[in-house]
Amino acid sequence: MSNQNAIQTGNEGSFLDAGRNYIARVKGGETGSLPALLGLVILATIFAVANPIFLKPINFANLLTQTATVTTLAMGLTFVLLLGEIDLSAGVTAGLSAAFLAITMSEYGVAWPIAAVIAISMGMLIGFLIGLLVAKVGIPSFVVTLAAFLAFQGLQLVVVGKGGLIGIDAPPILAIMNTPMQLAFGWILLAIVFLSYLGTSIYSRRQRTSSGQQNKPLGILIFRSVAILVVGAGFVSFLNLERGANPAVTSLRGVPYVVPIVLILLAVGTFVLNRTKFGRHVYAVGGNAEAARRAGIQVSRVRITVFMISSTFAGIAGILMASRQASVDAAAGRSIVLNAIAAAVVGGVSLFGGRGRLSDAVIGGFVIAVIDNGLGLIGLASGLNLAITGGVLLLAATADAITSRKSRTS
Amino acid sequence: MSSDTPVIELKSVKKSFGPVEVLKDVNFSVRAGEVTALVGDNGAGKSTLIKGLAGIQPYDAGTILFEGKPVELHSPRQSADLGIDVVYQDLALCDNLDIVHNMFLGREEANAGVLDEGHMESEAANTLTSLSVKTVKSVRQKVARLSGGQRQTVAIARAVLWNNKVVILDEPTAALGVAQTEQVLQLVRRLADAGKAVIIISHNLQDVFTVADRIYVLYLGKMTAAVKKSETNQADVVGYITGAKTQEVGA
Repeated sequence: MSNQNAIQTGNEGSFLDAGRNYIARVKGGETGSLPALLGLVILATIFAVANPIFLKPINFANLLTQTATVTTLAMGLTFVLLLGEIDLSAGVTAGLSAAFLAITMSEYGVAWPIAAVIAISMGMLIGFLIGLLVAKVGIPSFVVTLAAFLAFQGLQLVVVGKGGLIGIDAPPILAIMNTPMQLAFGWILLAIVFLSYLGTSIYSRRQRTSSGQQNKPLGILIFRSVAILVVGAGFVSFLNLERGANPAVTSLRGVPYVVPIVLILLAVGTFVLNRTKFGRHVYAVGGNAEAARRAGIQVSRVRITVFMISSTFAGIAGILMASRQASVDAAAGRSIVLNAIAAAVVGGVSLFGGRGRLSDAVIGGFVIAVIDNGLGLIGLASGLNLAITGGVLLLAATADAITSRKSRTS
Repeated sequence: MSSDTPVIELKSVKKSFGPVEVLKDVNFSVRAGEVTALVGDNGAGKSTLIKGLAGIQPYDAGTILFEGKPVELHSPRQSADLGIDVVYQDLALCDNLDIVHNMFLGREEANAGVLDEGHMESEAANTLTSLSVKTVKSVRQKVARLSGGQRQTVAIARAVLWNNKVVILDEPTAALGVAQTEQVLQLVRRLADAGKAVIIISHNLQDVFTVADRIYVLYLGKMTAAVKKSETNQADVVGYITGAKTQEVGA
């Protein structure tokens, strides 16, 4: 039994002890996405007071679909950032994927599921090539992805045609961003999220108990379960409110289809990072690549794979982007990569590698979207909007640099 | 394998970097249950010799015998498979991971692709307990939060966990205070007493004479002395290190 060992596992103690440990970790610099969450609450309060529209269901649904593309991109980028690398090409990869999606459907009459698979596979292939150049040739990722950023803009011009615009008319693709799910689906979604959390938690507790391991206090599980239920129920019931401009003509209520898509990506990605060997190796290479290499981890394979993941997420983001705009133009995706990097960093993913989670990217994506959305509602000039987003990014990067320095010197 | 067959024996090992010969016909052998010290001045070739054993930088020429059989060491994986583990001065651990993660780095245990955290956790705790480690409080601490001695302890415990036959320690006490040095040296002694072949590289002759059974001296890429601790003294070893004294080895 581990409780007879002099060495603890960090799971001992009561619910209150766990709370105290958490506070101690935060004070020690392991803040995670806490600053971003606090920032989100503060920003939302300010905007809600300044303009009541901010809290309207229509605006909230808008916010979700505005942030979905950037958030998806940011989740993929998190894998790359965890290695201390960067992927500047993610945005244009999304754009190129969207262009391929549109062109295969409109010019070659390909069915939408196959077109979507082609678009996502193209992203994966781009990631493989970038990863190969970074890991095997040894070119810094900044340069490789900057080159890709420039080259793919050109390629997209060729694909789309100068000044051109390709429309998307496949209803399922358009539905992702523009059509809400039936009201009941929102509640079913919440039930699935809640039950899978409860199920995996109870399963891992059983396993620990059967091998004589100390479990975390039950209070944590209950606390988190209640939190998921309360927050989730709030989201679903709010999104199920009528938000159509003219309900008598067209009713608009329910959770947008993009929400379960982002949640699935978040869940799968988080599982890979936390519960698989590959995920552990990503953190190890990001923390100390040389130590990882000496431990027998195939560092270049990990590098190539994270770039493939990032670009695959970019491919999915491209489909979301095409869905939202119902079309793809020659410049699609050019500007969103910097927002996505900002989202990840603001959420608490370290630029130095080895620290961060996918949920950080999601929270950071919300912060960026709320700033954009809220400042727009207040009616500030868009120049100021960019300046404030830049300021928030700089603030987050400063916190990141200080935390990283602290943990290196301690 | 007879009891006096060395676990590792190097014969006429050579290594050059361009025109610079770093190892010139070096012979070296290590026995189980003994602490073998490898000493020498900066640039004598200690690190190069160790990197060859670790499979990081293969030797250009020479024979490697492992338990009497010739082997090739061309990758860290090959060394690890034979049971040779190197505990590096400061390159061993990932600061952003906890003790369990670090001890199982590169050899994580998984059930159907899912990491078996519970099992790894208890194995790590048991290993630390078996080494009478008292300085580490929780195995779920991040390595970034540990002191130099604790980090060294984790790195050594990692080698023990994997049941390695040969544990190579690169300057294990270089950055430590007096009390921590004492603890780490005791740990090194316990490793050898548990039947492992331990190689320790050190600049600190005090430490070497405290813990080692046998002392090898490298001087400008040549093995100039191989002596039992009981048959030598610090003044002689200093002589070998500086090149003032020479003893033909392995002739």
